[in-house]
Amino acid sequence: MSELLIRGGRVLVPARGIDALLDVRARDGVVTEIGAALEPAGGRVIDAEGCIVTAGFVDLHAHLREPGFEQKGTIATETEAALRGGFTTICAMPNTEPAPDSAPVLEALVERLARDARVRVFPIGSVTRRRAGKELSEIAELAAGGCVAISDDGNPVADGRLMRNALALASAAGMVLSEHCDDPELNDGGVINEGRVSERLGLAGQPAAAEVAAIARNIALCDATGARLHIAHVTTARGIELVAGAKARGLPVTCEVTPSHLFLTEDAVAGPGPEPAYDTNARVNPPLRTEMDRLALVHALNEGTIDAIATDHAPHAIEDKLCEFDYAAPGIACFETAAGTLLTQVARGELQLSRVIEALTSGPVLAWGLDSREKGLGSIEPGGVADIVVLEPGREWTVDAAAMASKGKNTPLQGATLTGRVRVVVVGGEVRWESEESDG
Amino acid sequence: MADDTLSPDPGSWRRKDLLDTDTLSREEIALVLKTAEAMAEVRSRPMPKVATLRGVTVVTLFYEQSTRTRASFEVAGKAMGADVVNLTASGSSVEKGESLVDTVRTLEAIGADIIVMRHSKSGAPALAARTTKARVVNGGDGQHAHPTQALLDVFTMQQHLGDLAGKRVVIVGDILHSRVARSNLWVLMALGADVTLAGPATLLPQTLAGASEAGRCRTTTDFDSAIEGADVVMALRIQKERQATGLIPSLRDYIRGYQLNETRLARAKPGALVMHPGPKNEGIEVAPSVAAGAASVIDEQVANGVAVRMAVLYLMAGRAA
Repeated sequence: MSELLIRGGRVLVPARGIDALLDVRARDGVVTEIGAALEPAGGRVIDAEGCIVTAGFVDLHAHLREPGFEQKGTIATETEAALRGGFTTICAMPNTEPAPDSAPVLEALVERLARDARVRVFPIGSVTRRRAGKELSEIAELAAGGCVAISDDGNPVADGRLMRNALALASAAGMVLSEHCDDPELNDGGVINEGRVSERLGLAGQPAAAEVAAIARNIALCDATGARLHIAHVTTARGIELVAGAKARGLPVTCEVTPSHLFLTEDAVAGPGPEPAYDTNARVNPPLRTEMDRLALVHALNEGTIDAIATDHAPHAIEDKLCEFDYAAPGIACFETAAGTLLTQVARGELQLSRVIEALTSGPVLAWGLDSREKGLGSIEPGGVADIVVLEPGREWTVDAAAMASKGKNTPLQGATLTGRVRVVVVGGEVRWESEESDG
Repeated sequence: MADDTLSPDPGSWRRKDLLDTDTLSREEIALVLKTAEAMAEVRSRPMPKVATLRGVTVVTLFYEQSTRTRASFEVAGKAMGADVVNLTASGSSVEKGESLVDTVRTLEAIGADIIVMRHSKSGAPALAARTTKARVVNGGDGQHAHPTQALLDVFTMQQHLGDLAGKRVVIVGDILHSRVARSNLWVLMALGADVTLAGPATLLPQTLAGASEAGRCRTTTDFDSAIEGADVVMALRIQKERQATGLIPSLRDYIRGYQLNETRLARAKPGALVMHPGPKNEGIEVAPSVAAGAASVIDEQVANGVAVRMAVLYLMAGRAA
């Protein structure tokens, strides 16, 4: 089969302590060699001088929309968007119609994925049937069918007893339970963070306490069961504090944060002008929070409290966003801007590059035990799968939603200038995506 | 028709839309109020009409019920010779599922010059304004803003009190959910008034007071103290569903702490104005004897509403010409 040599880049594999100018050779889909001055052996040679070479990104939280919402996105379009964003492995949330809550639905999904997906996709099953929060899905069967985790996605499991049982059963089946921590009663119809902007704009607010209270409950249930709990998209300073506390006590808790919540605040809803824009593209659940919260997430990522950066990529159709703010569907199409915003924050000196790369690669793999499914995932190591991303850290570019591969053009970053982009993406030893040649 | 020349020059009005009062300068507020004075004069004539807006099409697009705002805009438009078309969500293609954006584009294609919009969702007029070349006047959006109400309120206050700088205005009630309170706050701040927002703890905003650069706004749960020496007391409508959603224990409890009654009014400055944007819940926000008492300017607010809305339509149409 094919041979590939990536030469002269800064190879960054935080989990293995590698950060040096090195060459990487892949053959027949696996990494064969990492070293200095490797000789070409007849295959493609990529000059990565000035670039960062890392493992392909692994996303624990993405919405592909298929089946059921193909007007928003399909497996083909959204995995192409993932690919361009550097994500070579993604975990698909179960908020589809039907939801993967049983073997037949899951089997049909796995078939479609095998046919259409441009990157590796692991399905996430639902915690409860139809994600309705009443009866448990057949959890062991979902594990056997290939699910890496269960989650009811945007529907937090409100019933504490049900949650406790789901945690125990998922853990026994070798899966993580990923929970959107939120108290729906406290949120009470809120559409943005409760605070300065919600009061100014007259929009119903989602208090930080709704997330914090749910995180506290779920950590208590993790403690009670000893089961693995993954807290999806933490957005609050107090929430991440609770996670840090649970980790310090040795509980099997992991968490993720989104690039959107690391980069933006509630002010994105009001926009930059004197009159509030009510930008529906900045409506997301959980909502963009305060600058204080954002800085706490940045700090926690640099400190190592956050295991994974997950996109919560959520494409929507035009009509889902071109409407009154209260009626707009929450979610941000994030795949194709994630690397850009993160590298911009690195360039600003806000985020540490090695921590960002770790949270995009080995962090999520370790959190969910994904290396048991594919050797070498989230790493660059001899004998491991050759999923590799080449990043151009200094390259400036302007976000153009219309040019995104995702069906969802819903980004609050339209027109923003970012520093750093994805240049080459290799999946299983094959170059699957290259941005147009850099002139630098 | 009578004299068509109106003194203020609409050319100094630069805005395409009127969405809120928060970005209005003192000069813009003064222009509206000065124009409204001229309009009030027109309204006092035996033949209270002019032909200034002949050929201008004003559409009132109301997604939410309204008596005074819609009727007031209609009368205002007609008093200046505009063609006024009234649309409500019920009975229009909105009921067939048409989006706001499509409805507004349709109205533009039909020839609307000015769209006066009322909507239950905050920010809807901002979306409309971005969508159309027609001028958009916010007739009240959700819990966000109600600029013409605030302008008619300060117009009424100025008629009685003159310059509002340093005057003490107490707004009492469900501040958190009130577009009237917000828009009044911004315009009163701009004019230098001292504003106190009073209400139950669950209905008070946490950050709005600090949001004003002037910083002459405070919030309190103690209405009885707040009303001491007030020049104006404005009571807001309380939605009865606030009780059902647990924000207040009962209307009875609300009345106990926040109804504007004669005992409380006696603590205000002699001659203090009693205001209410309407519609009132009889016997809840304001005691009936106070609402009908000598201090009440509630009916004047409604009458002034026509003059102020004439001023707004006139200035907006001038921008259109």
